[in-house]
Amino acid sequence: MTTTVLTPWDKVQLARHPHRPHTLDYVRGFCEDFVELHGDRRFGDDAAITGGIARFDGRTVMIVGHQKGRDARENVKRNFGMPRPEGYRKALRFFQHAEKFGFPVLCFIDTPAADPGTQSEERGQGRAIAENLLVMAGLKVPIIATVIGEGGSGGALAIGVGDRLLMLEHSVYSVAAPEASAAILWRDAAKAPDAARAMKITAQHLLALQVIDTIILEPEGGAHTDTPAMIAAVGDALRAQLDVVSRLDIATLLSQRYAKYRAIGRFQEHQSEILSHLNGGSPTSVLLPFS
Amino acid sequence: MKEWFRRQPKHFTPASRENGQQIPDNMWVKCPSCGELNYVKQLNDNLKVCKCGYHMRLSAHEWLCLLDNDSFVEEDAVLGPTDPLGFVSPKDNYSQKLAEKQNETGMLDAIVSGYGAITGLPLQITVAEFDFIGGSMGSVFGEKVARAAERAAERRTPLLTINTSGGARMQEGVLALMQMAKVSVALTRLAAAGQPHISLMVDPCYGGVTASYASVADVIIAEPGANIGFAGRRVIEQAIRQKLPAHFQTAEFMLEHGMIDMVVPRSELRATLARLLRLYSGSCSDDVGSLGNNSMMVNA
Repeated sequence: MTTTVLTPWDKVQLARHPHRPHTLDYVRGFCEDFVELHGDRRFGDDAAITGGIARFDGRTVMIVGHQKGRDARENVKRNFGMPRPEGYRKALRFFQHAEKFGFPVLCFIDTPAADPGTQSEERGQGRAIAENLLVMAGLKVPIIATVIGEGGSGGALAIGVGDRLLMLEHSVYSVAAPEASAAILWRDAAKAPDAARAMKITAQHLLALQVIDTIILEPEGGAHTDTPAMIAAVGDALRAQLDVVSRLDIATLLSQRYAKYRAIGRFQEHQSEILSHLNGGSPTSVLLPFS
Repeated sequence: MKEWFRRQPKHFTPASRENGQQIPDNMWVKCPSCGELNYVKQLNDNLKVCKCGYHMRLSAHEWLCLLDNDSFVEEDAVLGPTDPLGFVSPKDNYSQKLAEKQNETGMLDAIVSGYGAITGLPLQITVAEFDFIGGSMGSVFGEKVARAAERAAERRTPLLTINTSGGARMQEGVLALMQMAKVSVALTRLAAAGQPHISLMVDPCYGGVTASYASVADVIIAEPGANIGFAGRRVIEQAIRQKLPAHFQTAEFMLEHGMIDMVVPRSELRATLARLLRLYSGSCSDDVGSLGNNSMMVNA
């Protein structure tokens, strides 16, 4: 058995593979029951987000996930898994529904990005994402988020502020898609493989950066080569995580979540001398007469 | 009659940095919007708003002039960025870029934070610096805003964030993305303390800052004509293969679509903030007793 070393760009291709299992494949695979819910009660029903209540491991959970299409027609219906504001508001409704009934939330992340369209801007895409982040930050039920494919930036994080973060072995999670990063940094979207490497977007990188908690191994060749095995593995991983987080009382859960996100980031505390060095050379600001 | 004595130079040298460089008084600045020349001293007196109404960008330190004289105390000035991904690419050396910008701006990263007062009312404040790698939010930015929210909660004062940004600091990768979540958790503490967050969005404000704390403040103010949105204009144009109208993603557009509370001209900003701070200081959400007394007085 040979083990090929996959480059970050290889993993991007795997994460985007057309036969890779999607949220509903997992849910229908390992939940004893699932009732899909729809709508944001404000505007519409965004098919790029799926969710509902399910029976998993003997308890009721709330499912929230991005859903990509299996063929061209379904991809149009699901907007390639790119949610509009109504999709995030649907997710928000599911989070609050879960909190009301004490259901743990299982999130499945698989999106290239939040929808970058004019109507999405009109309906407040920035606000929709921001609101989800704030609500998830204080949600009084456990949240477990699993990146099953692509974690496309804020569009992913808007259903991804979990007490536990899991990633499939070949999934990726980036602050901007490699193509977009390459276009922004080097004005050449064709340099996407370089961006994928430079930005450290693989599950292995995120584990090393202590952003995620666990990697779920994939079958040799990727999740799509043995979907039943992959579904079972994710089910097992979620069962184990759920077992831990559901034992925590709410206060402890919230304070651990706070500490988890509060700790992310790398910075240094300089000696104050550095400031006089910088400010000595720089021009002084003009005083402006606000009144 | 005054016209005769005003200098009319044949050439003009526009300020190479409109925001904060010490420019000799006998220079003119060209408005990026109408193309007219503004005499620098008059422009400054007008808070860098052109005669046509175009609001030019201010540096972080210029924004701090909103506060009462000598009221600002900077905090966390010594927090500086690292290079967590070791970001080196064909054209980019992030460490070098950081050093360059630090020397240029005199700041360690794209944000200043601390506390001060407006008409004597205390507040915690953060101000972004667009000249520092596009005001991009990395670990230092996120840490400073998070600490500002926590301190505002502790001190029981409002938080004012002045927001201009191109989005997340790409060179920090997913750590930059997660700053959105970090600031969000810190804001839960401010909410629990019953203190307001006022977000002032100025030109330009996009990406991860728009898609996190700046858009979930208790009061959201924007400057006239400011470009504000989530996805960048070019990204959208490429996606839909159409040119976008000028009005798209402006402060006025945001107001029309119910996403912000008000568009306030710069000349009225300080007064507006003072009114808001006074209104919020008048009712403490953990002081229900006084509220009860007032209604009793009305009924008597």
